[in-house]
Amino acid sequence: MKIVALCGAGIGTSEILRVNALRALERLDVEAEVAASDVAGVAVAAAGAQVILTSPELVSSIGATNADIVVITNYFDLDEITAKLEIAVG
Amino acid sequence: MTYELPPLGALPDEAITIGAHAEDWRAAIRVVADALVASGAAEDPYGERMIALVEQFGPYIVIAPGLALAHARPGPDVLAPGLALVTLAEPVAFGHAHNDPVSVVIGLAAAEADQHVASVAGLANVFNDPSVIPALAEAASADEIRRLLSRAAEPGLS
Repeated sequence: MKIVALCGAGIGTSEILRVNALRALERLDVEAEVAASDVAGVAVAAAGAQVILTSPELVSSIGATNADIVVITNYFDLDEITAKLEIAVG
Repeated sequence: MTYELPPLGALPDEAITIGAHAEDWRAAIRVVADALVASGAAEDPYGERMIALVEQFGPYIVIAPGLALAHARPGPDVLAPGLALVTLAEPVAFGHAHNDPVSVVIGLAAAEADQHVASVAGLANVFNDPSVIPALAEAASADEIRRLLSRAAEPGLS
């Protein structure tokens, strides 16, 4: 399983999302690779990914993808991230 | 490359601004840019690049209720990896549908794309406790801010 955490610049917010996604996956007992990416690199980063995690503002920047797009409102809310990931990977 | 940011609880005074007055989100980002400049992490153009990122992609940097993580790509205007933290006397709208208004702005500067990892994992440790953002917004001193930032990073509390 491959998951991409997406932000505008590829530093900062996507890394927070990546770290907390790993914690959420641990709660769910799901093994996955989680990579951080910026919008410019998403087509490459998300190739073969099942899930793209991102903010509501960035959804329209993603373009065509086969991955499930999971929108996270509060990047620090492990309950929100866990619940949404559980639906996406379940 | 090896990279280690100073512990969050050791942010220098120059990197902390308490009770800043900002009339809008651009002004709020400029305050945190000034703190990054004052603490030696960045040079002036970095602030305008942080603003440009929001203009390009929208207010996605407002990653939790009340908290904006301002940053831009690595560039020649980044002198050293660094963090700065600003609290706003009056919360400011960034235009985020869920997490406005913002009362705490963190500025992040990284000289290389892979330099953020250690510091950002530390941020996640601190802010996974939802009480930290309102407590920072109310903090009256730099020492109190440092105490809040180091509290959640203590072993066993993450």
